[in-house]
Amino acid sequence: MLARLGPPAAIAAVILLAPLLFQSGYHFRIGALVWINALAVIGLNVLMGLAGQVSLGHAGFFGIGAYAAAVLPARYGLHPLAATAAGAVLCAAVAFTVGRPILRLKGHYLAVATLGLGMLVAMVLTNEVWLTGGPDGMPAPRPDLGGWRISGPETWYWISGTVLVLGVLLAQNLRISPAGLALGALHDSEVAAGTLGVDVARSKLVAFVVSAVYGSVAGSMLAFLNGHVTPDRAGFLQSIEFVTMAVLGGLGSMIGSVAGAAVLVVIPQVLTFFHEYEHLMLGVLVILIMVLLPSGVVPALSSLLARRRKE
Amino acid sequence: MAEFLQFTSSGLTVGAVYALVALGFTLIFNASGVVNFAQGEFVMLGGMGTVFAAAAGVPLPLAALLAVALAVVAGLLLDGLAIRPARQAGPIVLIIITIGAALVIRGLAQVFFDKEFHKLPGFSGDASIHIGGAAVLPQTFWVLAGTLAIFSGMWWFMTRTMTGKALRATAANRLAAELVGIDTRLVTTLAFAVSAGIGAVAGILITPITLTNYDIGTMLALKAFVASVLGGMGNPIGAVVGGLLLGLLEAFAAGYLSSSYKDAAAIVVLLLVLFAMPSGLFGSKSVERV
Repeated sequence: MLARLGPPAAIAAVILLAPLLFQSGYHFRIGALVWINALAVIGLNVLMGLAGQVSLGHAGFFGIGAYAAAVLPARYGLHPLAATAAGAVLCAAVAFTVGRPILRLKGHYLAVATLGLGMLVAMVLTNEVWLTGGPDGMPAPRPDLGGWRISGPETWYWISGTVLVLGVLLAQNLRISPAGLALGALHDSEVAAGTLGVDVARSKLVAFVVSAVYGSVAGSMLAFLNGHVTPDRAGFLQSIEFVTMAVLGGLGSMIGSVAGAAVLVVIPQVLTFFHEYEHLMLGVLVILIMVLLPSGVVPALSSLLARRRKE
Repeated sequence: MAEFLQFTSSGLTVGAVYALVALGFTLIFNASGVVNFAQGEFVMLGGMGTVFAAAAGVPLPLAALLAVALAVVAGLLLDGLAIRPARQAGPIVLIIITIGAALVIRGLAQVFFDKEFHKLPGFSGDASIHIGGAAVLPQTFWVLAGTLAIFSGMWWFMTRTMTGKALRATAANRLAAELVGIDTRLVTTLAFAVSAGIGAVAGILITPITLTNYDIGTMLALKAFVASVLGGMGNPIGAVVGGLLLGLLEAFAAGYLSSSYKDAAAIVVLLLVLFAMPSGLFGSKSVERV
């Protein structure tokens, strides 16, 4: 029970307590960015950590979610929250349609195919200027709910934090459900899982669709927080950032996903003080963490703790 | 017809560069199992290194040599400082490390070179030659000849020399190679050095046509990855064919369809190929051991 409720409770506690350290709206904004990225990474972790399938194109879903939140209200008058739901449905539909042939691929072939999928999304968002505003992006509306205008970093901090905790609870539930156990089994060995009666193709598809929906919802929230969307959000670098967050924090770990997102969101903010050396230092840092803690920050720390306790 | 020739020549030129980058990519993959996303940075170092050495007054051939040496040093450092310490890590961690390394190399280039676009003069001038109605830069022939020379050199090295055979043995089965006395660490280091050198040469050859800048590496590494997978991961011939095919696809898509969707056409073809042949065009069918 503790193992099941521990991570969501710990994450909720951090979300509640972190504002004690905040001094400005800027800090709330960074906090909201961490929760939004963490939500996408937790989705990606269902695919990578649980089912063991790589995706180098996950930002594609993030981008679809972000643009759904911007395009549908601006061009078709949809309520922003309905647009968020529509984006999630669209992502689920895309993932469901392309998932089966793509997930048949393995290893590097799967990596390239997902990478291509993400790039296709980014290209459409960049080139269909009439719909998306092209490379410069377009403004996203501030949603309102019964007269209450939802805007400001502080508001979005609490909303994204709440959605993150819900996302963690759902992912946690998925993991211990029969579908989640099947995913864990096919992660270890597809052949063995198949022999035991797991529908391997269908299980992978479920993980892909779930992770796509997480990415989409996170993207929509980012659009509302920023009030603006650009095609970069769907691009290759964003996808790589998600994968790095997942691996950096620790694949398969909920707290790790949040920690990975926190590291990669907060550190570049700090590094902007170093202007020209920003890329250089970020690269050195990523290499150092991965070389020293290849299993990720959180699993490395928890195994260290476990060892301490034994002694 | 003139149009067709025009697209073919530009497709082959770009494709030749993709092929060279993919060849270097495959070399490192075979020797170490690492998917090297810093491969494009070697191309950047080749081009930028030559531009800046030439600007400092070094004669062009010597500047090119210096740039290749610079890239080779970068390759050796990448292997020694980032890849070797993480030998035991999984493939995704290694990919992330090479992406980190690419960030470092790009960051250094941005500080020590600059952020501008640079051009080199064509080796045989910049006046285009007309062939069947198509205008072709003389540099195109340098690119094609260079690619051909490097590819034959690699083929000779892989099939005729002891070191090349050691490399192939390491690729086939690392443990078995070690058992017959091959120093696989040395082989890996060599692969990084040669691969960086090939990348740098590609960068020098193409800079007179496409210009260079500190930021060109990411896209090239991506294209090399796509080309390698299209041809069949780990197969050098597949990498070259995949690279040329990718270049041609892009050129025809840009010419006949729309230039903003040229990359999309290449990706759609890639996905279709993978759906039909999950191991690429020349990939050996992989069998999962149980």
